[in-house]
Amino acid sequence: MATLEAAKETRGAAVLGMGMVRTALLGVTAVMVAVTLYLGLLWAPPDAIMGDVQRIFYFHVPIAWVGFLAFGIVFVASIAYLVKGTDGWDHLAYSAAEIGVLFATLILVTGSIWGKPVWGVWWQWTPQLTTSLILWFIYLAYLLLRIYGPAGGQGARYAAVLGIIGFIDVPIVYFSSILWREWLHPGKVVGPAGGSVEPSMMVVLMVSLVTSTVLFSYLLLERYTLRKATATVERMWQLHG
Amino acid sequence: MSAFWRPMLAVLWKDLMLEARSREVVAPMLLFALLVVVVFTFAVDPRPALVAAVAPGALWVSFTFAGILGLTRTFALEKEKGGMEGLMLTPVGRDVLYTGKLLGSFLFMLLAEAVMLPVFAALFNFPLLVPGFWVLLVLATLGFAAVGVIFSAMAVNTRAREIMLPVLFFPIAVPVIIAAVQATGSVVRGEGWSEYSRWIALTSVFDVVFLAVAATTFGFVLEE
Repeated sequence: MATLEAAKETRGAAVLGMGMVRTALLGVTAVMVAVTLYLGLLWAPPDAIMGDVQRIFYFHVPIAWVGFLAFGIVFVASIAYLVKGTDGWDHLAYSAAEIGVLFATLILVTGSIWGKPVWGVWWQWTPQLTTSLILWFIYLAYLLLRIYGPAGGQGARYAAVLGIIGFIDVPIVYFSSILWREWLHPGKVVGPAGGSVEPSMMVVLMVSLVTSTVLFSYLLLERYTLRKATATVERMWQLHG
Repeated sequence: MSAFWRPMLAVLWKDLMLEARSREVVAPMLLFALLVVVVFTFAVDPRPALVAAVAPGALWVSFTFAGILGLTRTFALEKEKGGMEGLMLTPVGRDVLYTGKLLGSFLFMLLAEAVMLPVFAALFNFPLLVPGFWVLLVLATLGFAAVGVIFSAMAVNTRAREIMLPVLFFPIAVPVIIAAVQATGSVVRGEGWSEYSRWIALTSVFDVVFLAVAATTFGFVLEE
C-alpha cells in the first residue's frame, strides 16, 4: 500500500513537472513570436527590389523548415516504433504528423501569397511548391490512414510504414519535379544574389528560424502529452469499462 | 536461394491460377482502361495537332487508374476467403510473400497494358516499335506494383478501402507518373534515347528504393 501511494506521488509529481515545463515553454514561445513579428515586420529594412513583400520570407522559410523537421521526426519515430514497438514512438509520430500537415498547409498558403505579387500568379509548379504539395497529400493520407485504419497496434504499424515510405519519397519527388520543370527557386532572396546580404535581414531570418522551432516544440509537447493521456484513458476504459 | 524462389513462385503461381480460373482482375482492368481512354477522348477532343500533347497523359491516366483497380483486387480475394491467414501461416519470410504478390500484380498490369497499347496506337497514331518505351513501360509498371502492393495490403483492412488505396498510392507514385508521361512524350515526338534515358534512370531509382523498403516493411503490415 505504501509503495502504491509512493508511486502515485511520483507520478503526480512527474505530471505536475511536465505541466510546468509546458507552461514555461508556452511563455517563452509567446515572447519569441512577439519579438519575431516585430523584427520581421518593423525592424528589418524593406527589400531593395521586392520591398515589403519580401518580409513574408521571415515566415515562409521557418514554416517550411518546421514542416520538414516534423516529417523528419515522423520518419525517425516510425522506424523506432517498428523496431522497439513502444507506444511512445507511435504517439510522437502521430503528433508530429498532425503539426507537419498544419505547417505544410501554411507553406502552400504563404508561398502563394508571395507568388501573387512577385510572379503575378498564385501558383507556379516550381520544384519547391510541387514537392510541398505532394508532401501535403502524402501526410494528409497519413492522417486519413490513422482515422480509417484498424485500431491498435496494426493501425499504428500501417501509419509507421507510410511514415517511412512517404519521407523517402520526398527527395525523389523533388528531383523529379526539377527534371520536369527546370525552373529556379527565388531561393536567393536572402542570400548572395550577386550583391551582399543586409546583415540585419540575416539576423531576423535566424531569429525567426529559432522561434519557429520553439513554437513547434511547444505544439509537439502539447499534442504528445494529450495523446499519451488519451491512450491511458482508453486503456482504463478497456480494463474497467 | 531456392528457399526464396520456390515459395515465392508458389505464391505467384497461386495468383496466376486464381486469375486463370476466375478472370476477376485483368478483364475488368482492360475494360476500365479502355473506358478511361474513351472518356479522355471526349474530354480533350484530340485533333491530330493535339495528339502529341494529349496522348502521353491519356495513356498513363488510363494505365494508372486501371492499375489501381487491379491493385484493389490483389488482397480483396485474400481477405474475403481468409487466404491472408493461410499465407501468414506459411513458414517463409514476409519478403517472399511480398515478392510473390508483387510479381502477380505486376504481370496482371503488364498484360492489361500490352493489350491496351495496340488500341492506343490505333486511336492516337502512337509509335509502338520503340524499345526504349518498352523498357520504361516495364520499369514504371514495376514501380506502381512495388508501392501499390503494400498499400493494397493496408487498404484492404481500412474502412473506406476503395478511397484509401488511391489516396495512399497517387502521391507516392508521382515521380513515376511524371517520368512515364515525359518519356512517353519524347517517344511520341520521335526524340532519341538521350531525351528519355534520364526518365528511365529516375524510374529505376524509384523501383530499387521502394522494392527494398516495401519488402523490408511488408511483414509489419501483415501482422495482426
